[in-house]
Amino acid sequence: MVAKNDKYEVYRCAGFGESTVNAALPVVAVAGHNRAMREPIRSHHDMGGLPAGAVEKTEHDYAFWEKRVDALNVLLAAKGHLRVDEMRKNIEALPPDAYERMSYYERWISAIANTLLQRGVITADELGRKMEEIARREGVRL
Amino acid sequence: MSRPAASNAAVPARFKPGDAVVVRRAYPPGHVRTPWYIRGHHGTVVHALGPFPNPEELAYNRPGLPAQPLYRVRFRQSQIWPDYVGGAGDTLDVEIYQHWLEPAGAAP
Amino acid sequence: MTDSHVHTPEHAHPHRHPPRPDTDDTLGHYQIMEIAVRELLIAKGIVTPVEIQRAIEAMDARGEALGAKIVARAWTDPAFKARLLTDGTEAVRDFGVDMGTTRLFVVENTPRVHNMIVCTLCSCYPRMVLGLPPDWYKSRNYRSRAVREPRAMLREFGTLMPDDVEVRVHDSTADMRYLILPQRPKGTDGWSAEKLATLVSRDAMIGVAFAREP
Repeated sequence: MVAKNDKYEVYRCAGFGESTVNAALPVVAVAGHNRAMREPIRSHHDMGGLPAGAVEKTEHDYAFWEKRVDALNVLLAAKGHLRVDEMRKNIEALPPDAYERMSYYERWISAIANTLLQRGVITADELGRKMEEIARREGVRL
Repeated sequence: MSRPAASNAAVPARFKPGDAVVVRRAYPPGHVRTPWYIRGHHGTVVHALGPFPNPEELAYNRPGLPAQPLYRVRFRQSQIWPDYVGGAGDTLDVEIYQHWLEPAGAAP
Repeated sequence: MTDSHVHTPEHAHPHRHPPRPDTDDTLGHYQIMEIAVRELLIAKGIVTPVEIQRAIEAMDARGEALGAKIVARAWTDPAFKARLLTDGTEAVRDFGVDMGTTRLFVVENTPRVHNMIVCTLCSCYPRMVLGLPPDWYKSRNYRSRAVREPRAMLREFGTLMPDDVEVRVHDSTADMRYLILPQRPKGTDGWSAEKLATLVSRDAMIGVAFAREP
């Protein structure tokens, strides 16, 4: 604790500099450091030359929904509603664990949705509500 | 060397096949199509591919103009990877936009 | 096709997916997103179901067979081969291929130089000729190692490369798409283009394999 008044106690939290902590609330320990980052962070998608394992020569017949995602990407690009570099940028922006856990076309549909949101073609609200509607229709829990 | 004025359409080409170039060691954020592993390395231009809108800008739905000349640049694998296993003649070709390239001295 | 009441059965999952505890009929979150995005875009008049179907059919029509035809013609028609190597985009129009905003570069494998393609940053692939890429081409392991350990990669594909051959890896970072013109196997003198095409695999056109021997 580095300071105190009648409202709160101030603690230096690793990684955040100074912040206020209400001692009556649960405290979550956060690991970190106060030093500045010396090096840029390499983006997760920029993987050329990194160590990796053996290539498993898996192939799969593309599921129909995957082909629909691919078709949507091609059509929307042809119609000027997205550019391939917007798609790439949005995929690159996925957090590393999402990037790894999502399948290829899960990343693509996520990127299509984000591009359309960024361009104002759809809103988050209408997409969310449409997904809820579909889930209800299909008897699936979102 | 002063850069000639760019037209609205394309930045004039600075390089031609055979030129020794070095990839800038820069690390901006954003949608960059110059792979991390090649930054700072020396290569030789093997093909001038003509001007293309800048993908760093296209990523934000901006036009990416004036278009940047694009080059296929050839690198020696043994110079990029300290532990490269393979023929001394093995090469790696990467397409790099002009604004990521600077003239190099004699290619090492 | 747009009847979202039809559950499309999942085919074999890429190896790195954990087995799903639910039945094949359970829609995943992103499958629901696909249905939602598609229905919204149709409702807004931005795409039509027919257009989507046509795009799927067009992609399904591309693949190894189309690439093999192009290679076989190059092996048997020197004038076409010269056009293909000079301006691949133009030459493949003979086969009805429209590269769109990308450009096709066909690179020739010779006894002295063996070319191989990868896209380390994403998954750029000559889709307009070869159709959809295989999972492994898009995998972390291929994208990471192909530029750094191409000979080990080739070995893993069963392709042994002599030391005196130059291995050249192309990292497709921009709008160029690469197709490898494999070396024509020995013992195929006088073969028709149709017969030669049966020796040309997709992997040979990516550069991780040679064309098959007769």
